[in-house]
Amino acid sequence: MSTQDIATLRQRTQGALEAHRKAARTVTVLSCLLAAHDALGYLPQEAIEEVARSTDHTINDVWGVASFYTNFRFTSPGEHTVEVCWGPTCHLVGAMNVLQAVQEALGLQGEGETADGRISLKYNTCLGACSQAPVIRSDEHVLGGMTPARALALLASLRHKQT
Amino acid sequence: MTEAYQALKQEADRRWQTLAQGERSWIRVGTAICGRSVGAVEVIYALQEELRRARPERISAVVSPVGCLGLCYAEPIVDIKLPGGPRVLYRNVSPERVPALVEAALVKGEVLSDLVLGTLDGKIEGVPEMTDLAPWRMQTRVALRNAGHIDPHDILQYIANGGYEALDKALSGMTPQQVAQEVTTSGLRGRGGAFFPTGTKWGFLTGSRGPIKYILCNCEEGDPGAYNDKGILESDPNTVIEGIILAGYATGASNGIVFIRHGNEGPISRTGRAIAQAYEMGLLGKNILGSGFSFDIEVSLVGESYVSGEETALMEAIEGKRAMPRARPPFPAAVGVWGKPSNINNVKTLAYVPEVIRKGGQWFSAIGVNRSKGTAILCLSGHIAHRGMYEVALGITLRDVMEKLGGGIPDGRKVKILQTGGPLGGVLSADKLDTPVDFEAMAAAGAILGSGGIIYGDETVCAVDLTRNLIAFCQFESCGKCFPCRLGMTHLLDIIERIRSGQGRRDDLDLMRRYGETMQAGSMCGHGQLGFNPVRSALTFFMEDFRVHLEEGRCPTGSCQQMVANPTRTRPGPEAYTVIAHPYGARG
Ligand SMILES: Cc1cc2nc3c(=O)[nH]c(=O)nc-3n(C[C@H](O)[C@H](O)[C@H](O)COP(=O)(O)O)c2cc1C
Ligand code: SF4
Ligand code: FES
Repeated sequence: MSTQDIATLRQRTQGALEAHRKAARTVTVLSCLLAAHDALGYLPQEAIEEVARSTDHTINDVWGVASFYTNFRFTSPGEHTVEVCWGPTCHLVGAMNVLQAVQEALGLQGEGETADGRISLKYNTCLGACSQAPVIRSDEHVLGGMTPARALALLASLRHKQT
Repeated sequence: MTEAYQALKQEADRRWQTLAQGERSWIRVGTAICGRSVGAVEVIYALQEELRRARPERISAVVSPVGCLGLCYAEPIVDIKLPGGPRVLYRNVSPERVPALVEAALVKGEVLSDLVLGTLDGKIEGVPEMTDLAPWRMQTRVALRNAGHIDPHDILQYIANGGYEALDKALSGMTPQQVAQEVTTSGLRGRGGAFFPTGTKWGFLTGSRGPIKYILCNCEEGDPGAYNDKGILESDPNTVIEGIILAGYATGASNGIVFIRHGNEGPISRTGRAIAQAYEMGLLGKNILGSGFSFDIEVSLVGESYVSGEETALMEAIEGKRAMPRARPPFPAAVGVWGKPSNINNVKTLAYVPEVIRKGGQWFSAIGVNRSKGTAILCLSGHIAHRGMYEVALGITLRDVMEKLGGGIPDGRKVKILQTGGPLGGVLSADKLDTPVDFEAMAAAGAILGSGGIIYGDETVCAVDLTRNLIAFCQFESCGKCFPCRLGMTHLLDIIERIRSGQGRRDDLDLMRRYGETMQAGSMCGHGQLGFNPVRSALTFFMEDFRVHLEEGRCPTGSCQQMVANPTRTRPGPEAYTVIAHPYGARG
């Protein structure tokens, strides 16, 4: 990564943290990490360092918190993220068929990014819409009543969508 | 009644009259997660578009987003009330059907019969009334009294329907001790899983002195299969806010924190908005309703971690740390969040409080049976016809829940397995269906009521496959602080995966029991202590499934042949370390 890119990451993190400090009543390491992650889509080393600086914690402490919560990621994500729920309700009503179709279409064996880097696949333990299982989250949209066919149509539409 | 409240109430009533009894039609669309995930927002756009096209001089209508009526299987639900008429509910409305619906219901004033679900507050010839439908009739909606009826973004709609009356009553005429006494009289017990008597718990906090004391409201709700906490916050956040303020008044607390998992946009934004409106109306902040009592509430977000719902881990998470449970004592009522005395309650528990104060503890304790007072808020999902969120008086049998409320198992199949109370709760077989939904009775049957989730599995489900799923969850979510849970879960998962793939060994069941005993005896928090429940209960009720796997090397239903999701971070291995790049890299 160029020095330029690193500087931008730092600036974007600082901007996110400043906005967060203005909006929030209580600011903690975790709340800053969530704000930085929302802004960047992941937590690069630069974000960890900026959070450490702004909360007056060690880099080590901040890594400790970041590595605990399973929603944080540390490498840059694809343009779109698709999360497939593997919770028990979804599992019983066909989530694995959906997941299998999604993985085959994306050329993936598990969580990760497609070869072209456009789509990230992630698993989720429960997306909270169990009454509409099987459930997928496509970027921020939670979608119920999934079937392999509907999931494939969703992937096709994401591939065509510009960000 | 305080003057401040009277003024609010007048304004709220006036606005409600215009909406509910005015000249214009009122269209309500269910927009909780159950509705949004099947297209409710698109339905609203289509409605607005169609109303614009049909020209406002012909149809004058207000469209409001509302919360969850509980009938998730019928979402998106569109509820149309013409001036002077009853509410007519339409089910499974798609954007494509909106033009026909607008034409029939609003332009012609008729009923679109193929989509109609039923009427509320009145009758129309040839259309069923909602009260004729079992999933509606069988409910006693206390915490959910407003869910699906009012716009959760508008505090005045809550006030018009009796909201903040309890707070006004408490602040203008009751001592904190009297408020606490009503809660004790009501017999209310915590709905977060342990069913600890709420009045007693509040008493611990009252006994702790200090200028700053916290009421924490737990909406972590990581249990797959449970969505009632988020459902309440999305549908009627004000009942929870009012409950928190009342808890604060009763215990002498100064601050409230609503704890929600990051990413749940509906509950987060609606709760945030309700809090902001409550401040504007003088229902939060300094000198509430001129009573001299002051109280503040904020929302605290947490990353994805199931264990952060455990009460002491939750305090760590609020402080911004890894959500790992603390050793007790000291107990939260003495040393809680930020070292201050704290009380933790579940969303549902607090959502009941306004009605308990408004109608009295006696009224609440008359609902329910034995030591289980009040209602259960059940989330039915899986292989069940009426998937939804229902509030029923405690004491109803699991059979009535499944057959009447839930409408039975679809596709003419038979029920095989019930998974209740979240992954730590365990499973039950069909011969336990006569168990009443009652905290003690459920425990005696070998399961827990827990958070109120019931997942149904029909004959096509293999108990080994479901147990693997539950153990995989428990293993993935173990916080790792203590080894009986961290290692025990990992071993359990290895063994059950072996059995699932037909490679089980003869002594595997004994081995699992031994791990289970160690976990129960040696784990620090409920996660490890209860984490063997799925296996224990599956071995009790579904031994045959395990036997077929172990002795015949096959799965009786074929479920175990499908793939499974293996989250990357499940088992630390070389791959896991490449994801979490070395913290002290060259640039560190
Ligand atoms: C691993 C674990 C996870 C928990 N998750 C939740 C949760 O998501 N929501 C909740 O209300 N209680 C949860 N609890 C229970 C809480 O520790 C606590 O008992 C509860 O919030 C108290 O509220 P109540 O008295 O109103 O029931 C969890 C407990 C454990 C051991
Ligand atoms: S029992 Fe499990 S979840 Fe609880 S503290 Fe120990 S390792 Fe963490
Ligand atoms: S189990 Fe999949 S959304 Fe809850």
